[in-house]
Amino acid sequence: MLRAVSLFLVLMAVWLLLSGHYTPLLIGFGIASCLLSALIAWRMAVVDHEGHPVHLGPKIIVYWGWLLVEIFKANLDVAKCVIFPAKYLRPVMFTTKVSQKSDLGKVIYANSITLTPGTVTVDLDNDTVMVHALTEASADGIKNGEMDRRVTAVMGET
Amino acid sequence: MIDLILDTTTWALLIAGGLLLLITGLGLLRLPDLYTRIHAGGMADTLATFLIFVGLALQSDDIFVTIKLLMVIVFVFFTSPTASYALAHGSYVAGLKPQLDGFGPPDAHADDEKKDAP
Repeated sequence: MLRAVSLFLVLMAVWLLLSGHYTPLLIGFGIASCLLSALIAWRMAVVDHEGHPVHLGPKIIVYWGWLLVEIFKANLDVAKCVIFPAKYLRPVMFTTKVSQKSDLGKVIYANSITLTPGTVTVDLDNDTVMVHALTEASADGIKNGEMDRRVTAVMGET
Repeated sequence: MIDLILDTTTWALLIAGGLLLLITGLGLLRLPDLYTRIHAGGMADTLATFLIFVGLALQSDDIFVTIKLLMVIVFVFFTSPTASYALAHGSYVAGLKPQLDGFGPPDAHADDEKKDAP
């Protein structure tokens, strides 16, 4: 129930940010539609720790900042690889351990790997993930386990 | 003065983003198989999108337009890895083998750097 209220507040904030029209009639419509959406989501029982992961809180924002820097560096590596394939292109495929327990943590980790250019998640099993990497260096970036550690810390599973 | 700084930053970001899109296109043609081409496509989804939309957001006078442009980045960053995973996983399940050898010795690039150093 508390989660449904929080979902309504988030929906309302997004509505206010995206609308830009603040007349009583339109705000009334906004409140009505957000209330209806939150109510339907609550009735369908999809407002849980996966559908509305509000418990991740500010930790996920810090993680996104770190991920953005990693994406920046990885993009330059892939660009180098495309321009000089003979020198840098060494594709590898390997499996590595996933230390997150929850499905949400595994999905965040697997999507983070895919979002970083140079590494793509090909298969996600119970506790292993198969990764295709463009170079040995980008493969080592996953194998050293820093991203895995950070996602586990964000999930609060240590 | 502030307009000049904003315009210059936008130009730099748009040119960098456009250049990355060009490299993405080159990579899609040049790299050998589907899995390596997904990596090239990943550049357009991530840094190129980020640079171009931040550059455009600097140009809008309306704060709401800026927020909408920045939210596009968030939505693309959430959806594009899912699409890449669907593509890679689908190809893997269908039995497509990645091309992993025939690219020269694995430590070739380390040797090159040693030769370049002195």
